[in-house]
Amino acid sequence: MIPAACAYTRATSIEDALELIGGHPEAKLLAGGQSLVPLLKLRLAMPDRLIDLGGLRELSYVRDEGDFIAIGALTRHFELARSALVRTAAPLVAEAAGHVGDPQVRHWGTLGGSLCHADPAADLAAAALAHDARLVVRGPRGHRTVPVGDWFLGLLTTALESDEILVEVQIPRMDPSSGWSFVKFTRRAIDWATVGVAVLHGSDKHRVALMNMGDRPMRAVHVEDALANGLSYDRAAVSVTEGTRPPGDVRASSDYRRRLAPVLTRRALLEAAERSAAAEG
Amino acid sequence: MSLDREDAHGLLDVSLTVNDHHLTAIVEPRLLLVELLRDVHHLTGTKVGCDTSTCGACTVLVDGRATKSCTVLAAQAHGSSVQTIEGLQTGDTLHPVQRAFHELHALQCGYCTPGMIMASVSLLRESSNPTEDEIRLGLKGNVCRCTGYQNIVDAVLAAAAELEDVE
Repeated sequence: MIPAACAYTRATSIEDALELIGGHPEAKLLAGGQSLVPLLKLRLAMPDRLIDLGGLRELSYVRDEGDFIAIGALTRHFELARSALVRTAAPLVAEAAGHVGDPQVRHWGTLGGSLCHADPAADLAAAALAHDARLVVRGPRGHRTVPVGDWFLGLLTTALESDEILVEVQIPRMDPSSGWSFVKFTRRAIDWATVGVAVLHGSDKHRVALMNMGDRPMRAVHVEDALANGLSYDRAAVSVTEGTRPPGDVRASSDYRRRLAPVLTRRALLEAAERSAAAEG
Repeated sequence: MSLDREDAHGLLDVSLTVNDHHLTAIVEPRLLLVELLRDVHHLTGTKVGCDTSTCGACTVLVDGRATKSCTVLAAQAHGSSVQTIEGLQTGDTLHPVQRAFHELHALQCGYCTPGMIMASVSLLRESSNPTEDEIRLGLKGNVCRCTGYQNIVDAVLAAAAELEDVE
């Protein structure tokens, strides 16, 4: 499979990248390419120009900022999975990063690339939602910060404007007494989630995020509300399908996903509660 | 002309190290790394299996890390160091992973083998003493349609033990 012909420019700095996308609004930004290159080969994406951000090593970092950790948008999945700081402060991000694709994909794929691609089944999108991440984007008018809840607008569509670049992801530091769980169901080892659930069990509330239960990564607000109202895990988990429109495809029908989601949600809630109890000693 | 800016025909001057040799090529932006290796530099040890980032037959090392060369543009590898199956042995001496695959019969048709070996080399660099489960997880990006994987896992375990002895 051969991508359609296109122009290519490698950005040499963030400023250079912003100038390039300003001059080429039709261009597609290339990070690790592990989602984009397959789309180019299938000709589902046929941009006139690629602007390669891969050389911008200044966007690859994990920093401790006290009450949050800052992750450069070009930090690769394998780096997140093995970072002691990410494991401690944002364990769902580390866990999800270790579940993406396979080692080869994780050596190239980036956090920013995954969040900008916005696949509804993405592991890291669910982790970012459960951690209530903030996304820092840079454009010609300077920086702005977007709560992850406002980021995913639809199928493969985000709040990123055509002249902006995602530069950093900020994750509020998880309370050490919190519990978490990342449950992903796949038929083959390297598949996207048929359905997946990420749970953060905090001292006062739960955040529950879903993979592949609609046209975008999403929070399971009905489950969160049910738990806030004191319902049991079993009863709360049943409400996970409310407001969702799971896709039907070659891996599973929509109905199968509706039956699978409550099972996985219940397992994730129980595991997160166990971890929270263990953390509190 | 440089990699950063294409020439008037949209071509790029890509320069990289392959198996310790410095190589350059003038390529279209859409050229894949595996095509640069196989079609331009005639390093046909690296195979194309599925061509969809699934099977891992095209796995090479880029800056020491396993990479599906069918899912990376040649331009993305500009400036990096690539190692293919042809560059793994030292003189006439096979790499311990190659030797283990040979001695433990970790292949049948052999088509997945170059990718399987390069992925194993990368795995053993990241985890020098992996368990059987870690090997199976670590090789999940590589598909073999012949062996049932058992001998492949045995070979990686044997290579890990040998590499540990050397170090």
